[in-house]
Amino acid sequence: MSDRTPVIIGIGLSDYPKAPHLSAIEHHALAAQRALADCGLPKSEIDGYATAGSMGGQSAIDLAEYLGIEHRFIDGTMVGGSSFEFHVEHAAAMLRAGHCETVLITDGSDYFSRMGRALGTGGHGRRSRHVSDSTQWEAPYGNSLVGSYAMVAQRHMHEYGTKPEQLAEIAVGVREYAGLNPNAMYREPITVDDVLGSRMIADPLHKLECCVVSDGGGALIMTTAERARDLAPDPVYVLGAANGKSHWNISQMPDFTRSAAAICGPAAFEQAGLAPNEIDTVQLYDSFTITVLTLLEDLGFCQKGDGGPFVAEGVLRRGGRMPLNTDGGGLSSCHPGMRGIFLLIEATRQLRHQAGEAQVPDARTALCCGSGGYLSAIGAVILGREHP
Amino acid sequence: MEVRTDVEYAKPIPAPDATSAPFWQGAAQGELRVQRCPACDHRQHYPRKLCTRCGGDPIWEPASGRGEIHTFTVVRQYGMPPFKDELPYVVAMIDLEEGVRMMGNVTDVDPEAVHIGMPVEAYAVLAEEGVGIPYWRPAEPS
Repeated sequence: MSDRTPVIIGIGLSDYPKAPHLSAIEHHALAAQRALADCGLPKSEIDGYATAGSMGGQSAIDLAEYLGIEHRFIDGTMVGGSSFEFHVEHAAAMLRAGHCETVLITDGSDYFSRMGRALGTGGHGRRSRHVSDSTQWEAPYGNSLVGSYAMVAQRHMHEYGTKPEQLAEIAVGVREYAGLNPNAMYREPITVDDVLGSRMIADPLHKLECCVVSDGGGALIMTTAERARDLAPDPVYVLGAANGKSHWNISQMPDFTRSAAAICGPAAFEQAGLAPNEIDTVQLYDSFTITVLTLLEDLGFCQKGDGGPFVAEGVLRRGGRMPLNTDGGGLSSCHPGMRGIFLLIEATRQLRHQAGEAQVPDARTALCCGSGGYLSAIGAVILGREHP
Repeated sequence: MEVRTDVEYAKPIPAPDATSAPFWQGAAQGELRVQRCPACDHRQHYPRKLCTRCGGDPIWEPASGRGEIHTFTVVRQYGMPPFKDELPYVVAMIDLEEGVRMMGNVTDVDPEAVHIGMPVEAYAVLAEEGVGIPYWRPAEPS
């Protein structure tokens, strides 16, 4: 009986944070080339493909044609930044079931080079003054992307007494790791006072609590433990993967302090047979500081409402018990519109013990949790260094 | 609710479809409306063709136009006019007395004085013929 346990075997990043020489589709292609080179698999063995499309507008099937992939399995799930955690969940199931042998997952965006910093507060790009479908319920009010997360933070502070300096601590810790990443967009150390002294964008979120806008792309190659035996990299095992959605538009968020990670987090832990205190590093979607705080609570790393004091203990910092976003995260390194694939790539680097100065000592387990939309669509993936 | 005619509207205009038209038309006539499902009594906003709980056919009912702020933000940076020219302004989620929640701007108040739990009342601004946009302003506690 062959061992069909799903593994991540290849990883690749394109160029970031600024890459004016690459279009969105070329980010996908360059990352795929690097992931193939990383694991040594021939391209012809790829028979599964997943992507959320590209910021240039190409669909999964369009990209599959461009990349020249003859797929038995294709997945174009697009739920925002967490799409790639959903892809890993789907690919793992297809690999286990024997519907394919090797799955490529790609992401790519030229967002910064094409659009500048317009993502967070640039306003909804609208060609006409008339808005329809779900947009009509929000567009008349001039909310920004930052404003949506700010309303989550405001409610969290109201219900649980969470303090601005506790949220700021998240940005400070991630910046420390960015200092170890030569490619990170911002590398200078910052303090809590720097964060709280930066411009208010949408109360209570300051500029340094918001992710960067960058270019970038990434690719993952997944296969079975059986196939991975002949390949050079240490396989990283998918121990658990689950997803959930509580809403899509921010005005439909049922509980402004709780995300669907409260559902898919426990499901992923159950599959993995692990508890939160057995995770060595967390790669969490850090579009904003409040995103991290909400996910930490919902995933069960602390009680609901205790995220502020939990973060303030320093457990997520370099040298802490459970370092966060060891590549510098979206807050300081790279956020090309969607960031979910970078969480998985960084976790793999950590579990292969290839993270250099940023290496979490003897990292054996990692949790990646992506958030798409406005804490709307959540995907949790638990990875491990050892065969389950 | 009051329909203000003294405000010039230069923001995005909802293009009503068959489902949403009664909401925007109601606001243009000074009535805030909320959907209720006669089969299961579920109220919902935004309006839909079906009841999200049981799949039934919702009907429209007038709402009181009173509510309180569930959460909010003060937007201080926004790239596009006319919002850009009105910074800072308040975007809030309003809990209506009827039990649904909707997004809106809270006006006629110093943004620094806005807080969660603040009682607010609706008024409407005419965006174009047959389309009224609900807004919110501080109210006496009910």
